[in-house]
Amino acid sequence: MVTYIVRRLVTAALILLGASFLVYLLTAASGDPLAEFRASSQPNKQQLMDSRSALLDLDTPAPLRYFKWLGGAAKCLVPFAGSCDLGKNIAGQPITDALGHALVQTLTLVTGAAVLAILVGITLGIITALRQYSTLDYGVTFMAFLFFSLPIFWVAVLLKEFGAIGFNDFLRNPQIPLPLAIGIGVVFGLVAMVVAGGDTKRRVLTGGIVFAVVTAVLIYFSVTQWFKTPGLGPVVIAIAGVGLAFAVTLLTAGLRNRKALQSALIAVCVGVVAYFLIQPLLNQATFLMIVLLAVATVLVGMAIGYLVGGYDRGQSMRAAAITSVLLGFLVLLDRFMQAWPAYFNNGRVRGRPIATIGAGTPNIEGDFWVLGLDSFTHLILPTTALILISLAGYTRFTRASMLEIMNMDYIRTARAKGVSERTVVMRHAFRNALIPVATIVAFDIGGLIGGAVITETVFSVRGMGFLFLDGILHVDPNPVMGVFICVAITAMVFNLIADLAYSALDPRVRVKA
Amino acid sequence: MSQPSQQDEIVAEQASLKQQAAAGIEPVIEAKGLSQGQIVRKRFLGHSGAIVGLIVFAIIFIMAFTAVGYAGIPGWWRYGHEDVSPLVNDGAPTASLWPLAWGEHPFGQDRIGRDLFAMTMRGAQQSITIMLVIGLIAGLIGVVVGALSGYFRGWMEAILMRLTDVIIIVPALLLAAVMAQFAGRRDEGSWFATFASSNGVLALGIFLGLISWVGLARLMRGEFLSLREREFVDAARISGASNARIIFKHILPNAVGVLIVNVTLTMSAAILTETALSYLGVGVKSPDTSLGLLISQNQEAFATRPWLFWFPGLFIVLICLSINFIGDGLRDAFDPRQKKFNAKKARAAGGSPAAEKTPVTAIDGGTVGGNAAGEHRGA
Repeated sequence: MVTYIVRRLVTAALILLGASFLVYLLTAASGDPLAEFRASSQPNKQQLMDSRSALLDLDTPAPLRYFKWLGGAAKCLVPFAGSCDLGKNIAGQPITDALGHALVQTLTLVTGAAVLAILVGITLGIITALRQYSTLDYGVTFMAFLFFSLPIFWVAVLLKEFGAIGFNDFLRNPQIPLPLAIGIGVVFGLVAMVVAGGDTKRRVLTGGIVFAVVTAVLIYFSVTQWFKTPGLGPVVIAIAGVGLAFAVTLLTAGLRNRKALQSALIAVCVGVVAYFLIQPLLNQATFLMIVLLAVATVLVGMAIGYLVGGYDRGQSMRAAAITSVLLGFLVLLDRFMQAWPAYFNNGRVRGRPIATIGAGTPNIEGDFWVLGLDSFTHLILPTTALILISLAGYTRFTRASMLEIMNMDYIRTARAKGVSERTVVMRHAFRNALIPVATIVAFDIGGLIGGAVITETVFSVRGMGFLFLDGILHVDPNPVMGVFICVAITAMVFNLIADLAYSALDPRVRVKA
Repeated sequence: MSQPSQQDEIVAEQASLKQQAAAGIEPVIEAKGLSQGQIVRKRFLGHSGAIVGLIVFAIIFIMAFTAVGYAGIPGWWRYGHEDVSPLVNDGAPTASLWPLAWGEHPFGQDRIGRDLFAMTMRGAQQSITIMLVIGLIAGLIGVVVGALSGYFRGWMEAILMRLTDVIIIVPALLLAAVMAQFAGRRDEGSWFATFASSNGVLALGIFLGLISWVGLARLMRGEFLSLREREFVDAARISGASNARIIFKHILPNAVGVLIVNVTLTMSAAILTETALSYLGVGVKSPDTSLGLLISQNQEAFATRPWLFWFPGLFIVLICLSINFIGDGLRDAFDPRQKKFNAKKARAAGGSPAAEKTPVTAIDGGTVGGNAAGEHRGA
């Protein structure tokens, strides 16, 4: 095992050396860094050219410059010395600083998108595999192919037009005309009809109920101007919480396990009481406090499950803990919604909340909630675009993996010995289907850090991809090399992790020592 | 990849086919003496998504290459992609569905009066050309590298696979930028610069092809690694076949399914890469045009002239979607595990819901499982 890892690391280091040499030469050869001065008619043209030549060390041939750069970069390997030197960019800023800023921007952009895409993609993949060849399966497959074929810059421009400009115009006077409300209700009803399984009667009934509820809610929103002052309130949280408690219990323990259901419902009661208790506390929220509250929520949930007990304590604890976390999320959502009017009327936002560019409103002032909303409104469009295009891969892959597992002999054995369908799916099939998916997820996380060049360009987020593209366009090797090294190292490390994780998760696969 | 006896598997599969002819799983009648090619063709033609994709792609292909002409041959459309004509109806599209009419400028015009239909057709032409060039080059190099490293192993494999590793982590964006830079230097007079500046699109396709073979090479290597251990290769070697003969006559035909499917998928990814590079300004350059470049040039005009944005995007999506469906159909056609399943027949046969979950083959084919996993890595 250790031999294998060491061998992989040594190979990776050699590949990295070769590739970085290649990248340096290519960047240096990709253009003339002095081109903008050559065409200019400024009197101090020669002086500018000289200073840039000195800055970029253009008198030294590119292969030699690479080794100079490598000498500086090698200092980064010394831990805690702080002597890391990746050179400076064309504006004279050290690359290590630029990389730090860009990394933060990129990670805030891509993390949410990646997590959501993985969650939704896996869920859709599992559901479509369980309902193979149903209308739902065909619908999701077609959507997956469609999203797979969408150019992201096209999607991004459409989102800017309809998601930002259109929605902001709507918010100015949030009235939903009756025909539109009914139309949206019909669409949701049809989707619910397709999603709901069972015979025709059940499908029509589900579709009808969803249609009625959605239409009624939209009309209510329109009449009360809900979009100006949104909020959930304790009643909605309680009702949604009970629904969540049933759903979570169904998935984790099965409704037959009454103790688990009880603990989940008790968690909902505690959550609703806590809703009133922590409102004053939430008014002075900081990020740390939210994290601590989240930990406390999980602990309280587990304590409830432990106290209720039952023949399987673990199941009760799991059900209660997951329910409390979801409920806590609802409370948080409600608090963010309470801050919406303050954000909406903020002098910097001026009633057009959904932003099309940047990662935050410049010079905005406000408490934790207003700043959180600000990030949210800036992230929602690029995140949506990224989710749309990366969803398809996860859905298709999970579906294929799940279908293969459902055909395995041990699934038939499980059914034959009388295990309930929920346990077959959640215990036997789902976990095994996730093994190949886990390796893909590891690959993709390794690739995340490279950022999304096109998304960052369209939405003017100054992340890693932007730094890279900017370096190329200005024929500036140092930022290009900085981004490349970060991306390549993470990609290689995560490749290794993916392989090791596969052999850890699936004992049939062994790494060659 | 060590499936002990795939021959047994095939026997088992055929046996199980006869038993499970009911419950909506239509057995492919292999007893009739159809060749491999005939079976694949039959399955592909039975895949409605792939056939629709093929028809859509054929229509776009013919329209793109005949409308504005190609390589000096004039097309049937009255405007070229660079012709400027007076604005009709302020440049709005004149095509309408009811009554069905084509009009003077079916897709509209841009600000200075160029015909968008001609530009879109020219762009589609360029994108399809690049796609085909990339598919051809990537396929060729991928097969050669994969076959050599998978078949000979040893130092050959070590060198070729490390080369693959290096190329796979060098960003395509950088290579395209270097390429664009070379193409821009018309004055330097090297043969490459002359070629690139006169055939910008072809050069871009070749260049992208030279870097997109890596995923394919890894897949082909995997295929060769498993196929070279099979009995028929031993038999060929004992009867005195040369290495080249074994590679091309014995192993390659068995790997052709994986190859074709993945070349198709590489091509559908390539079309998105090309449009993205053109969008970022390092792909196809003005005055020539491509679908990505059209979108990039017109995105500011979305509020005033949305059609400039809709039609090129629509064509990118249509081309890519049809190629993806064709690839899906090919994958099903080449997958020996895949049996055409007809839900209506299953229900008519009174089959229980469990019927569709009945495994068709006893064991999953090692090669095909490897294909599905490896393919995602390639993507």
